[in-house]
Amino acid sequence: MFAQQFMQHALVAGSAVGLACGLVGWFVVLRAQVFAGDALSHVAFTGALAAAALGVDIRVGLFAATVLSGMAVGALGDRARADDVVIGTFFAWSLGLGVLFLTIFTTDSSGGNGTAGVRVLFGSILGLSTTDVWTAVAIAVFTVAILAAIARPLLFASLDAAVAAAQRVPVRVLGLVFLGLVGLVAAEATQAIGALLLLGLLAAPAGAAHRLTTRPFHGMLLSAGFALASVWIGLTLAYVFPTLPPSTMVIAAASAIYAGALVVESRSRIRSWPRLIVHA
Amino acid sequence: MPTESVFTGLSWSPATDVHRLFTDPFMVHALAAGTIVAVMAGVIGWFMVLRRQTFAGHTLSLTSFTGASAAALAGAPLALGYFVVCGLAAVTLAGTADARRGRAFESSAIGTVQALALGLGFLFVSLYHGILTGLDSLLFGTFLGITSSQVLVLLVVAVVSIAAVGVGARPLLFASVDPDVAVARGLPVRLLGLGFLIVLGMSVAETSQITGALLVFALLVTPAATAQLLTSRPLVSVALSIALALVVTWLGLALAYFSIYPVGFYITSLSFALYVVVRVIA
Repeated sequence: MFAQQFMQHALVAGSAVGLACGLVGWFVVLRAQVFAGDALSHVAFTGALAAAALGVDIRVGLFAATVLSGMAVGALGDRARADDVVIGTFFAWSLGLGVLFLTIFTTDSSGGNGTAGVRVLFGSILGLSTTDVWTAVAIAVFTVAILAAIARPLLFASLDAAVAAAQRVPVRVLGLVFLGLVGLVAAEATQAIGALLLLGLLAAPAGAAHRLTTRPFHGMLLSAGFALASVWIGLTLAYVFPTLPPSTMVIAAASAIYAGALVVESRSRIRSWPRLIVHA
Repeated sequence: MPTESVFTGLSWSPATDVHRLFTDPFMVHALAAGTIVAVMAGVIGWFMVLRRQTFAGHTLSLTSFTGASAAALAGAPLALGYFVVCGLAAVTLAGTADARRGRAFESSAIGTVQALALGLGFLFVSLYHGILTGLDSLLFGTFLGITSSQVLVLLVVAVVSIAAVGVGARPLLFASVDPDVAVARGLPVRLLGLGFLIVLGMSVAETSQITGALLVFALLVTPAATAQLLTSRPLVSVALSIALALVVTWLGLALAYFSIYPVGFYITSLSFALYVVVRVIA
């Protein structure tokens, strides 16, 4: 399994994506922005197909669309967090645009088939090139570095935005930078496990970690660990049973971990939960 | 492909075109189905937006893809797959709703359910070895080839769902606007929430057969959100939501009929444009 080059690529890129998703996801769940993550993952689809329809490199469209939309949602600030309806309305439309670009792309390209669309929607982790792998690693390193730099103020701003603002923490800017980062990670994850499934890697490991511990540092580590484990388990399963699509297996593993966390949590309900996270 | 390859171009006479629009057999069915779907989405979506359950609604609409692909794999009727899987997903989502623990927990659970459902759907499609065009129409819908028996099923489900919401409208409205006071007054808020999600699941299952799993959401959320921007009086607002959903559906179908671009694009763009205009003005 480790001798195959496509598996090496998949493992390295998958680990990078998993690490970034796990860490960013922990904050996404803490800030109750999973729906914004959902929206970004669908915008990724539109961006990629827009690039395909225009004949540009898919990645250009992917990154431009998600990072810009992430910042746009971030710029809406507090309203965006409360107002799921605005996000929902916007991305319902972006899906419609995605369908339009898909149509243009498939009618333009001779012998057009749906594979480009399918690759964007469900990923192609077993078909990554060396450049793709390096990009994934670079983005993961960048993400971890930025997160490490803003982790403390971001945590403060996420838990109690009002007090943080009073203490002169730049809450709005942090929100903006953070959602830009989520966009970046979403674009990268789209190439690995697909626009429709990346939400699982953002939400499930982080959700499990939040259920198991309220301590931030432990939570982040746990979340990243769960995400990495999901990727590894999923890739192994897909390698052993070639009929199973790898992205589905990754998500299945992440969901199993989440279900496991639910069971563990319900068994140890004795510990009283601080109301801390509810405020976020 | 979502390409509706019926484009025959416009003739020189607008009257002939309009006549064709209403007499082509598949357009008659498409218009009937679109009308039923729009009314239903207008009503159910209005409550969904009011209850701020857009994320749950979106997730339910995506599970219809899982339902369809599971049914295709099992060789069962597609409609059965839609309704069973959406119903199951609705019950699961109702189980995750836990007011004591806050939205962070609820939304991570919803996100997990969504990704798992889509992953399973993709698995079923790959196991089915269905042609990729099938995948696209499951996700993005098609208004071609709607049969009269489908229209009948749509009508029955729509009547049942709207009746269910109609009967529970007052308590549901109360529970949606102020759940704490509603609990204090002895209303079964959790039960209402479960019931509503099941109705939402059913209507989504129904709608996605026409619009595809990815675009149901546009009909559910956008007309309702626009209507709620315009007025806060519940009855007027619901009526407006239905009217807007009808207008964008009819226009979208007509535009798609006369062009090569997919109906989903027109419906989402028209409703989004309306929303933006109203938001800017209001």
